[in-house]
Amino acid sequence: MTKLTDPTQLQLTAGGELRHFLTTEGASRELLREILTTADSFVDMNSQSVKKVPLLRGKTVVNLFFENSTRTRSTFELAAKRLSADVLNLDIGTSSAKKGETLKDTLQNLQAMASDMFVVRHHDSGAAHFIAQHVTPDVAIINAGDGRHAHPTQGMLDMLTIHRHKGDFSALKVAIVGDILHSRVARSEIHALRALGAGEIRVIAPKTLLPRGLEALGVKVYFDLAQGLKDVDVVIMLRLQLERMSSAFLPSQSEFYSLYGLTRERLKLAHPDAIVMHPGPINRGVEIESEVADGCQSLILKQVGYGIAVRMAVMSMAMSGQTRQAAALAETVR
Amino acid sequence: MKIQITGGRVIDPANQLDAHQDLYISAGKIVALGSSPAGFVADQVIDASGQIVCPGLIDLQAHLREPGDTRKGTIASESAAAVAGGVTTLCCPPSTLPVLDSTAVARLIQDKADQVGLARVLPLGALTRGLEGGQLSNMVALQEAGCVALANARHPIASTQTLMRCMEYAATFDVLLMLHAKDADLTAGGCAHDGITCTRLGLPGIPETAETLDVARCLLLAEQTGVRLHLCQLSAQRSVQLVRDAQQRGVAVTADVAIPYLFLCDEDLDGFSSDYHLDPPLRDRCDMAGLREGLASGVITAICSDHQPQDAAAKEAPFASTEPGMIGLETLLPLTLRLVEDNVLTLDEAIRKLTAGPAAVLGLDLGHLSVGVSADICIFDPQAQWSLTQATTRSKGLNSPFMDAALTGQVTCSLLKGRVVYTR
Repeated sequence: MTKLTDPTQLQLTAGGELRHFLTTEGASRELLREILTTADSFVDMNSQSVKKVPLLRGKTVVNLFFENSTRTRSTFELAAKRLSADVLNLDIGTSSAKKGETLKDTLQNLQAMASDMFVVRHHDSGAAHFIAQHVTPDVAIINAGDGRHAHPTQGMLDMLTIHRHKGDFSALKVAIVGDILHSRVARSEIHALRALGAGEIRVIAPKTLLPRGLEALGVKVYFDLAQGLKDVDVVIMLRLQLERMSSAFLPSQSEFYSLYGLTRERLKLAHPDAIVMHPGPINRGVEIESEVADGCQSLILKQVGYGIAVRMAVMSMAMSGQTRQAAALAETVR
Repeated sequence: MKIQITGGRVIDPANQLDAHQDLYISAGKIVALGSSPAGFVADQVIDASGQIVCPGLIDLQAHLREPGDTRKGTIASESAAAVAGGVTTLCCPPSTLPVLDSTAVARLIQDKADQVGLARVLPLGALTRGLEGGQLSNMVALQEAGCVALANARHPIASTQTLMRCMEYAATFDVLLMLHAKDADLTAGGCAHDGITCTRLGLPGIPETAETLDVARCLLLAEQTGVRLHLCQLSAQRSVQLVRDAQQRGVAVTADVAIPYLFLCDEDLDGFSSDYHLDPPLRDRCDMAGLREGLASGVITAICSDHQPQDAAAKEAPFASTEPGMIGLETLLPLTLRLVEDNVLTLDEAIRKLTAGPAAVLGLDLGHLSVGVSADICIFDPQAQWSLTQATTRSKGLNSPFMDAALTGQVTCSLLKGRVVYTR
């Protein structure tokens, strides 16, 4: 039977190095640790006055965004520039796709421009994986969010945040709260937390916002926020799209906030040193109280900075994996 | 033209026949089995030694794509695939362009099929105009124009009142309805079975109840209206249970299953291969087991290919943006034989699900080898090892997860109305 390569294999070279970054699912603890360690060094560099390294000098990175994004795209752009790459931003959502060009044709055109790396965001789950299989082998693909499937760099920047502020994963209880069903971030976080050996992973949401059989991913499901928050070390709030009310996932903003909103009162149920995270953009008063978002336990703004470091780490690792893979291929051809 | 098929093992489930016998054909009909009729001189002798001779296969669902989508398939290309797979009779659903809701389109398809002259093509007329689920089509006229049943393809009929009236009207004129059970709301936007794999892959889900709710609705309405109902391509174990309960109450309902659902499940979607994008979606292992059990127990009386050729553009995109469906005419028989190997069916039962079973659903005098019937015959080598490849498939579509898979059992010769329409 012709079966496409498993995504976790597809993103690695024969030697097990990263060459695409498509998902955190199935990634080894060693690989994720390597990303964190590399990112850690970039965090320090980013606080210095000269913020550039030549790791991607002479390389062309194309930001291929089929879906709107400000934060993710700009942090990818900054990350690429700090690695000395040339960056091209393509907002496909408003060009080719609307003119009826197929994704494959769009890609073939971009390939012809001799790009070295595509950073891809697409509304379809599996899009990054599809692209990784349909471009020439020497283009590295970084998944910047595909449908509800994965957003691995966001997942890893959250891991970096936890790692820097809470240390050892095995001692930690982590709660993810809100719209798990539609969240690629939650999926990438869950896989990464498991790989890194987190002590306990909880998800907290009403049944309308929980995908079926989630327990199989190794999480504990809570419907009650107070129970779920009890003694946790990390609280990750997810963004709630306001259209969930009109599409009958939830009755109203106010009811959701009264049941699942993170308030100062509720945060007291967590461990006193618990940290609060959110992938942004936040909806104040919908999923999180302003005082919590701006409070001393919140790391929401720090996450943005860590995002640049993690993206630099992943881009430099994938590019070096690609280069080595290409060299190995050339060797076998000779 | 007189043909003698000699040396083969004849299996004819409808006549409870399984014996090494010769078969004699004259003027398109079977004239004798066993001993030669007096004065019979064969113009052609087909040596079937080491092979199985059975009625030509009947496929309750095969999309030919003509008229309307001829870049994906034509009546000529897909009929060629059919007879290469031993399928001599097939039903084509009404989802053509224009929709098969007029006698003109019904006649066009049959005329083309006659010109091609390979397989017997039986059109399924649209139950509602334009398949839109609003207005009833001219059911009686369509039936008179050769439609063996009416169907709404994969377009759900959202209005229960419309569905009830369709059934009442059809029941008045004893028209068979072949329906896909599909709840309009619960399937909207989905592309994968709502289970653990779907959760992991982040694909929009279609819950099992999208099918079972509509199975229940169709069964209750069929019971109320007395229509002859056939449920197409069940995908869920609980659908089988619902049909079984209705059959036990005496409701006139039959059901089929498409071959991929007996071998594949949602776990195969891992890797996002669009070859596994089917409608209804592949469900879980329990459902696969439940469908196999439904076949073995006789609740499901037919296996179909649900052949759906697609062009490259329809399949080369991220999973949710691809068109569902796979080709299946040429792999229908070898995969059904795999059920014998898996001890789900005996060889006789397996052949019955492809011949007498579907013939009974349609109420047609086909699918058996009695003296006097049309000589529609499939001859296959049960031991032959082979693979379907992109180079060898006759279908215009190349979309199958069974491409290059090891298969056992290969058709060597097909006859339609006493004429050889395929030899390997």
